[in-house]
Amino acid sequence: MTRHPDSTQHPEPHAHGPWHAGVLLAGFAVTTYAVLHVLDDPSLPGMLTWFLAAAVAHDLVLFPAYAAADRAITRVDTRIPLVNHIRIPLLASGLLLLMFLPGILRRGADTFHTATGLTQDAFLHRWLLLTALFLTTSAALYAARVLLARRSS
Amino acid sequence: MAVDSRLTRWLRAHRPGGPFRPEAWRSPLRGPWLTSVLGLVLLVALPVVVVTGLLSYIAYGPQFGQAIPGDIGWLSLPWFEWPSRPSWLYQLTQGLHVGLGLVLVPVVLAKLWSVLPRLFAWPPVRSATHLLERVSVLLLVGSVLFEIVTGLLNIQYDYAFGFSFYTAHYWGAWVFIAAFATHIVIKAPAMVRALRSRSVRAELRTTRADTRPEPVESGLVATAPTPATISRRGALGVVAGGSLLVGALTVGQTVEWLRPLALLVPRGLVPGDGPNGFPVNRTATAAGITAADTGPEWTLVLLGGRDPVTLDRARLAALPQHTATLPIACVEGWSTTQDWTGVRLADLARLTGVDIPASAHVRSLERGGPFGQATLQGNQVTNPDALLALRVNGADLSPDHGYPARVIVPALPGVHNTKWVHSIEFRRTP
Repeated sequence: MTRHPDSTQHPEPHAHGPWHAGVLLAGFAVTTYAVLHVLDDPSLPGMLTWFLAAAVAHDLVLFPAYAAADRAITRVDTRIPLVNHIRIPLLASGLLLLMFLPGILRRGADTFHTATGLTQDAFLHRWLLLTALFLTTSAALYAARVLLARRSS
Repeated sequence: MAVDSRLTRWLRAHRPGGPFRPEAWRSPLRGPWLTSVLGLVLLVALPVVVVTGLLSYIAYGPQFGQAIPGDIGWLSLPWFEWPSRPSWLYQLTQGLHVGLGLVLVPVVLAKLWSVLPRLFAWPPVRSATHLLERVSVLLLVGSVLFEIVTGLLNIQYDYAFGFSFYTAHYWGAWVFIAAFATHIVIKAPAMVRALRSRSVRAELRTTRADTRPEPVESGLVATAPTPATISRRGALGVVAGGSLLVGALTVGQTVEWLRPLALLVPRGLVPGDGPNGFPVNRTATAAGITAADTGPEWTLVLLGGRDPVTLDRARLAALPQHTATLPIACVEGWSTTQDWTGVRLADLARLTGVDIPASAHVRSLERGGPFGQATLQGNQVTNPDALLALRVNGADLSPDHGYPARVIVPALPGVHNTKWVHSIEFRRTP
């Protein structure tokens, strides 16, 4: 098997040989067969839009946002690393916001009420309380670390 | 090929700035080992999500045309008759599908973070096969996030996408299955090599101060790393912690005693106390059921025999009653187990003269609506715990839970347990 000329710069753990091409084409055959079933679906453009948006949602939207936030946090520097005591509770809160956004922002209130007979009013408060809980727990742990470090030095 | 290498040379001489510069990627944690650990978790867990999802399609009864999408060609599991035993079967499979899918969200995000430099590799394409692989990865990332996003919106009743959830989620799944299988076949050798390159035990003992980039040449490893702000074990701990957090806040959708912990999902909310104080899937008002529909005038019509049999609620209540503790489990992953009391469906079939029904068609008072009717398989009608329930937990059904009578069948997807039943037709053919 010949190595690709580029492999001196970024050696790939595998060569892109004809065998891989075969596997890839087999995969595309299944994908094509699946997509053929929705070709006459009037909502196909909507599905494609959502698919493409999903494909770039993390890499081109979410990542730049959380990387910028993280750069701001990592500028903070103290003897015992404070950064993780800030970034981990925020990460937990952000994860919950991302996953449970519809309830927290009361999106789809009508369909929610139709289905459950209830309202989404509780979710925003709960998320804020959880965020406060994460932040205070983290702050308390940080304070404990500082105290322990002082006592031992 | 000469043309290829000339193009490659030109591309290399014209590398764009920003994320296309290798020095832009500074984290010392990225590397084949970390990516492979995350990949291994997904390799084990995602097939469970896929298979339980495809099982749900079969549980909906595609043989009666009541699974969506209707025409799926050969893209399905081999068909079999969905069992009605054990009664918690659908609760388990669909609870796993949704619960595991939710818990894996932090792992998927971490995996995407770990391989992000690859998106900006330069030159972007090195060969025809490499181009195919990049398209395949686009389909993989697009489909896994498409499935997660549509799933998350659906279980929270936010139909922002405007297309049929079932159709989109089903075909999105097959795009994912194809890309996932391709990715596994192509990447498995590299994954195994990377996992063997470092000792897990040593990694778990390495502190932040001692954390260094993986000493391998790879497009993932930073060429100009900054000092670690968290250890590799710490980063994996954060991902695991995220999964545990999501798990703790969602498992109460289906595990009754943990329901108070399900703080951010619809099915952590319970509509009031008392025998009927458990989650509702569609309210009587939403279904257009009025008090007049379900008043003393209400009768149940049994069809399939020589003559229709009509029973009012008093006569139904006078028939032999049977109590069964059964879960009702929704495609959205939540479930609740209650004590249901009513008449066995098999007894009703016998009243019409159809002793061994091969199927039964149940109609609701609800007019229109996708689940105003459902067809049951023979095994679902004849199961001794399959009931036309009149009571739950010792009290009459509430209007929202299907008063005057509802179907409850073991291991049947929730929406097929028709509420506000108007008629049942027992059939001698499937």
